[in-house]
Amino acid sequence: MNLEILRDTYTVVWVDLKYLSRNLLKTMALTLIAPVLYLVAFGYGLGRGANIEGFSYIEFVIPGILALTAMTTAFNTSGLKLHVDRLFYKCFDETLMSPVSAFSIIMGKTLIGVLRGLLSSAALLLACLVFSPLPAVSLLFPMSLFVTCFVFSFLGVTIALLSKTHQDMTLFMSLVILPMAFLSGTFFSLSQVPEALSIILSLSPLTHACLCLRASALGQPFPWFSFLILSGFGAAFFVFCFVALKMTSK
Amino acid sequence: MDEVIAIRNLTKTYKDVSAVKDLNLNVNSGEIFGFLGPNGAGKTTTVRVLTTLAKPSSGSIWVSGFDVAKEPDKVKKVIGVVQQHLTLDLDLNVRENMELHARLHHIPSNEHRKRIDELLEYVGLMKQSEKMIEELSGGMKKAAMIARALIHKPKVLFLDEPTVGLDVQVRRRMWDLIRSLSGNGTTVFLTTHYIEEAEALCQRVGIVNEGRLIALGIPSELRKTVGMATVEILVDGKFTRYEHFPDREAATNYVQSLSSDAKTIIIRDSSLEDVFVELTGKKVGED
Repeated sequence: MNLEILRDTYTVVWVDLKYLSRNLLKTMALTLIAPVLYLVAFGYGLGRGANIEGFSYIEFVIPGILALTAMTTAFNTSGLKLHVDRLFYKCFDETLMSPVSAFSIIMGKTLIGVLRGLLSSAALLLACLVFSPLPAVSLLFPMSLFVTCFVFSFLGVTIALLSKTHQDMTLFMSLVILPMAFLSGTFFSLSQVPEALSIILSLSPLTHACLCLRASALGQPFPWFSFLILSGFGAAFFVFCFVALKMTSK
Repeated sequence: MDEVIAIRNLTKTYKDVSAVKDLNLNVNSGEIFGFLGPNGAGKTTTVRVLTTLAKPSSGSIWVSGFDVAKEPDKVKKVIGVVQQHLTLDLDLNVRENMELHARLHHIPSNEHRKRIDELLEYVGLMKQSEKMIEELSGGMKKAAMIARALIHKPKVLFLDEPTVGLDVQVRRRMWDLIRSLSGNGTTVFLTTHYIEEAEALCQRVGIVNEGRLIALGIPSELRKTVGMATVEILVDGKFTRYEHFPDREAATNYVQSLSSDAKTIIIRDSSLEDVFVELTGKKVGED
């Protein structure tokens, strides 16, 4: 990788960093509202006193909510901003007309999602630890979180490049992201559902993100196979980004 | 004279609709070339293909000697583009928008400030440099887009309907700016549906209708094809009939020969609008 690609990638992400630095508190507050509500409602409300897989429900659910937060923040940040820049502000055309490689454009647009996904997850983690310290967080935990942010940031870029209207974007979020958020083992254990449903749920990348984050936070054996599948989703979405970018100039 | 843009048999089709049909065109170095036609004629599509934003369905294009299809990155380095709609990033201020463009075009960082200041001064936006885009007037936004497009010193500047929605005074200032760019050696490819803009600015114009180039040449020569003088006669107080003559003398003789029933008669120089009406049977503003 040469210096020019790195410099161009930084240029693409520089715009979004400017916006983030101006609106850091507002954006952080916005991304933390929903997960904190989930934490209170499910962790302290519905799940109070319950135990799953040998852990209190609050311990069990925190990694799931972190995965959910990483997913929604990374997807929304990279996807919605690019979607608005491309279809409404039209300023994405300026990037397309500049001598910047497709790799730099995709990575630049992805990295802002990754950064915000990590920031929001870290802030939520700090808040969670006040109420319930996770028993055995290992280095595999930040690694899983990092990969999760990349996976969903790539997905956000892909969908933003493919969508032709605002409806396309909201339709994808309603039909794919929302069900994935609730059904991928974020709030319950996959061992509690029928095997057939469990197989279907394993098609969701968030399922594997939850398994990896939960295992690395609670001291369970790390599910390397799930980590491999999660990374495979990331690689596939990365390739889809290139295909989608090529389609924008048809 | 050197050809800076060479278009050969360009066709651009969207699904079953041909937006540009078999276009052949050369634009010479340093000239202001006007691409004139009504809305939906294919002007913006042509610009999108020339500026690498869209791929041609068939045909070849060279900009500054580079093949647009095979060497898009080289083309991107020598062109500046001001699109019809606003393409400034609304989350950045004027200076930041320009800095982004400088970074995207690999201008060394130690030159950013000097170059940005020069251009902001040039387009009269120095006082607005720290303002957010939404705080600018329509004319200022266009000026900011032009300044941004010039930051990497492009050889060819594409201006797609640069004065749409601007008031007359701002439009005139924009014309002066475009003339001074041409004076500095920049080739300008200008699309417009304002006849007077093409006549005031362009050394040559191409008239396009329904995706086809229907006339090409120096404005005065194109006017000659219909006749240099035009007589407008209001018929029955309802519609206007146009008659074209080689010169004013012939037009005056014609008017004198008319019956006294004809009430409103105007003799004027022919315009590119007359050329367009003669060739297509409709006015430039009509769909």
